[in-house]
Amino acid sequence: MSLQVTNLRVYYRTLAGDVRALDGVTFGVADGEIMGLAGESGCGKSTLGNSLVRFDPRMRYIEGRVELEGLELPIWDNAAMNDFRFKEVSIVPQYAMSALNPTRKIGRMTAELVAARGIPPETIVPELERRLDLVGLSRDVLDRYPIELSGGMKQRMVMVLSTILNPSLLIADEITSALDVSTQKAVAEMLVSFRDHGFVKSMIVITHDVSILYQIADTITVMYAGKLAEKAPTESIISAPRHPYTRLLISSLPEVGVRYAERRLAGIAGSPPLLLDPPAGCRFRDRCPVASEQCLQEPPFVEIEAGHFAACWKVA
Amino acid sequence: MLTLDRVSKVYKVGTFGGKDLPAVRGVSFEMGPGEVVSLIGESGSGKTTVGKMILRLISVTTGRISIDGTDIATLGGDGLRAYYRTVQGVFQDPFSSFNPMYKADHVLGMMRRQYFSGLADADWLAKVEASLQAVNLDPGQTLHKYPHQLSGGQLQRLLVARALLLDIRYLVADEIISMLDASTRIDVLNLLGELRERGLGILFITHDLSLGNYISDRTVILRRGNVVEMGATAKVFGNPLHPYSRMLIAAAPQLHRKWAAVAAELGAGGGPRPEGCLFHRLYPPDRPAGADGERPTLARAEDDHFVGCVRLDGEGACS
Repeated sequence: MSLQVTNLRVYYRTLAGDVRALDGVTFGVADGEIMGLAGESGCGKSTLGNSLVRFDPRMRYIEGRVELEGLELPIWDNAAMNDFRFKEVSIVPQYAMSALNPTRKIGRMTAELVAARGIPPETIVPELERRLDLVGLSRDVLDRYPIELSGGMKQRMVMVLSTILNPSLLIADEITSALDVSTQKAVAEMLVSFRDHGFVKSMIVITHDVSILYQIADTITVMYAGKLAEKAPTESIISAPRHPYTRLLISSLPEVGVRYAERRLAGIAGSPPLLLDPPAGCRFRDRCPVASEQCLQEPPFVEIEAGHFAACWKVA
Repeated sequence: MLTLDRVSKVYKVGTFGGKDLPAVRGVSFEMGPGEVVSLIGESGSGKTTVGKMILRLISVTTGRISIDGTDIATLGGDGLRAYYRTVQGVFQDPFSSFNPMYKADHVLGMMRRQYFSGLADADWLAKVEASLQAVNLDPGQTLHKYPHQLSGGQLQRLLVARALLLDIRYLVADEIISMLDASTRIDVLNLLGELRERGLGILFITHDLSLGNYISDRTVILRRGNVVEMGATAKVFGNPLHPYSRMLIAAAPQLHRKWAAVAAELGAGGGPRPEGCLFHRLYPPDRPAGADGERPTLARAEDDHFVGCVRLDGEGACS
């Protein structure tokens, strides 16, 4: 296992109390695995991604253990995480445009970034140029300011920068959402090639778009209201989902070939619970078509068949 | 019938508006009642500009948009008010369409002042309830709430309900479900289907091919302001003719087919078809122009399926 997360809880501090955005998640990511992380807005998927890299001031670590390559990550301590961030675990944020310093040429920014980690900038130049070639950026982007690059170019530049030190784990948070379909495909395929070239060992790709994950991910993890609902190999999640939420979610997605006139898709009635004071037991209970008495107890996230995990009493 | 006839829009950009930025170039299509037309394009294709021109939020540079034969640019005063009773729009971001200081039903109240000032309270309430019913909203759960107390899907449906207060015949829906979550977006999409069955014509503007394919009867594909292909949705998606449409369909992520499989099906990664530019085979460059001196920008490939030139600017030979 490259990454092992055990019972991680991260809450947000608000005036009204703690928002339980990430409420006890346990999962592993294998070497070379691209794990897709899907869920609706507010389900805690970005909180999970961010908490593995950097806590923002509103986030509060409650409990849980994160191990990367057998070493425990001190995720609750932003200063201690400096030893791991960028070298061992790195993130590509959603808005690449705001990830680059607008007042520096990209080459200079890169040099400063690497130097801040105690690595002489000139030692990485050959590798940097090789990777720019690989993603189809000309080498003179290093002499340009971020404003001179298009959205797709900036996204590719940030991807090269985030992975230049070959981190074990890369977190890609909604990096394809703001792009056009054609650029989206190129960026998604680039993620796969970074893994294939060994620039990163494993990857967590966070998105609300399950169809993108179907194209590139090895496994898909579905989150609902701060908890994991299901994790399984991509093909199983798409073709044979077990958790009622995953089933309804997958069946509500329109795709090319499905027409309103011929087959009417249905959404999921109701809305997710507020995480300020979530109900006890299964959090999908109120919207679930097969819920029963038993669902007042919280279902454990268990392996129902090899490599297929789900948190539901009805499938265990 | 809502008709666009060679509509173009040129924005003035730069200091003192010194530069021209053509956003829409010679777009023509028609939309009848009871029909969903999806306008598909990537960012910068001019799809939102087309919607705004239909709603008269911006002017047309050249060309003509007409409703049942009347040029909408000539409307003013009562005529314009009558037009807005017929055509309304709903936009992408439901959260910024509402004033957070007012309760969500404030948007309905504004309609009343504008269009129904003579209506008695009881009649008005009946009207509001009927239109909320049409969008599957429970009046008790939505009226007298602030925008932040409602979900994105509820707000978006409330905006559709606002448009339905008038006896509209056409709705311009610009990316109305892009910001909604997967489990609720399909409900808003189905709502459009139900309204269509009641005789409403809907212009569904989107960048998402699978949504356009799901809901629309006809599809118009825009690229940099030009229509590259249009026709019956089943024909455009089943047999895409223009290299750009083929590329779009090959790049759209699908749920049960991998990119490689779709590309193989379309042949050569969704690139151009081997026989070259279909437009100019159907409409050779040396063929004389029409009676009014205009050359068409689209050629009819089959019944209800039209394709444009491979070259964007359409000048001269293309292959």
